[in-house]
Amino acid sequence: MLQGHQSWVFENKPVIIGSAAIGGPFEAQGNFAADFDLLHDDLWLGQESYEKAEKKLLEQACETAIKKAGVKKEDIQFFMSGDLINQIISSSFTARTLGIPYVGIYGACSSSMEGLALASLMVDSRFATLALAGTSSHNAAAEKQYRYPTEYGAQKPPTAQWTVTGAGAGVVAQLGDGPKVTSATIGRVVDMGISDPFNMGSAMAPAAVDTIEAHFRDLNVSAADYDFIATGDLGRVGHIIARDLLKKHGIDIPEEKLTDCGMLIYKDTQPVFAGGSGCACAATTTYGHFLNRMRRGELKKILVVATGALLSPMSYQQKETIPCVAHAVSIER
Amino acid sequence: MEKFIWAFIIGGSICVIGQILMDKFKLTPAHTMCTLVVTGSILGGFGLYDKLIKFAGAGASVPISSFGNQLVKGALQEAQQTGIIGVLTGIFEITSAGISAAIIFGFLSALLFRPKG
Repeated sequence: MLQGHQSWVFENKPVIIGSAAIGGPFEAQGNFAADFDLLHDDLWLGQESYEKAEKKLLEQACETAIKKAGVKKEDIQFFMSGDLINQIISSSFTARTLGIPYVGIYGACSSSMEGLALASLMVDSRFATLALAGTSSHNAAAEKQYRYPTEYGAQKPPTAQWTVTGAGAGVVAQLGDGPKVTSATIGRVVDMGISDPFNMGSAMAPAAVDTIEAHFRDLNVSAADYDFIATGDLGRVGHIIARDLLKKHGIDIPEEKLTDCGMLIYKDTQPVFAGGSGCACAATTTYGHFLNRMRRGELKKILVVATGALLSPMSYQQKETIPCVAHAVSIER
Repeated sequence: MEKFIWAFIIGGSICVIGQILMDKFKLTPAHTMCTLVVTGSILGGFGLYDKLIKFAGAGASVPISSFGNQLVKGALQEAQQTGIIGVLTGIFEITSAGISAAIIFGFLSALLFRPKG
């Protein structure tokens, strides 16, 4: 049901009956290694190209999530997925493998929560009994597409972020055991005029703040209603900006309650500049670490605000600024 | 000993200019490189870059700006000997070793390693 201007309240409380996170070698050295269902020690995953490797990551995430949900893929009506590769081929090619009716989405790194919100909407409104949401990203494939080929050896400023190699997927059902999706807020596109693709955290922070503000306003909730609010991939630079903006907007979120998947996923000793990024950053952290903690009973209610920078390599070469979006999904035990 | 210090200072300064172009003026690495090459060739055209090399040695001859200088130097030398067409035939005269080395070593490493990024 629509509540407020841009939020959905899922009255039937769709359940995430199975979820999976797959990671690469760098994620295996990170903070959440234990929360991944499968970790690859080879960035290529034995494939001929990084794009094929990314598709494999997403296929494995979807297959593992379906298996853990204890359902057959034939029983799932819809598959919602998006990624960063041109024309979202990782998602579409995975949909080809799965054979599940497919809704391709693009929200850049916000695709994880965009997909989960849409899957929950379908299940909650009884337009589906089982829906699958997934997303993926691959460090080397993203570098190649958005920045420079790695072998070019271009310098990066400290505001740059490290694209997570991985994939996350979740099966949403009308009934069953598991964390429940209770509401979602769809974000507006916000552009504060930043055009530096090596500073995406700063570009995305205002979008995250806008969505958090809308969520609180629409649902008449506050930070006190959540164990924590986790933004997707603002990194250390964007996180500080988001904090300042929230304060400026008069939204009070205690220090320990606002966190960021991009800051959590890697260890401080890993050379990731300002932190992790990419579709898989929020996806693997949510579908892996957060949901695992929820299943163990450590968390009661969280808000994941996945942030996406909606630039294309073409738009930034033409010196356009970076429009950004954030979608929030609240998950409850 | 003084020679080494000047090499360090001049070579380092050229690198600092490159870093400022990237960080402050938001030039891409390719634009930064081209700017240094063009600057080197202009200085070379006025005969100033060779003086810098004489003064700072490897500090001036190793950075990419030296490549621009050598392009111009080769073209001018050949033009003096064979006329105006020498500008075209001489431009890679001095730099051919560097360019050939880049191609050959690039090819060899591509054979040994996986070059797709």
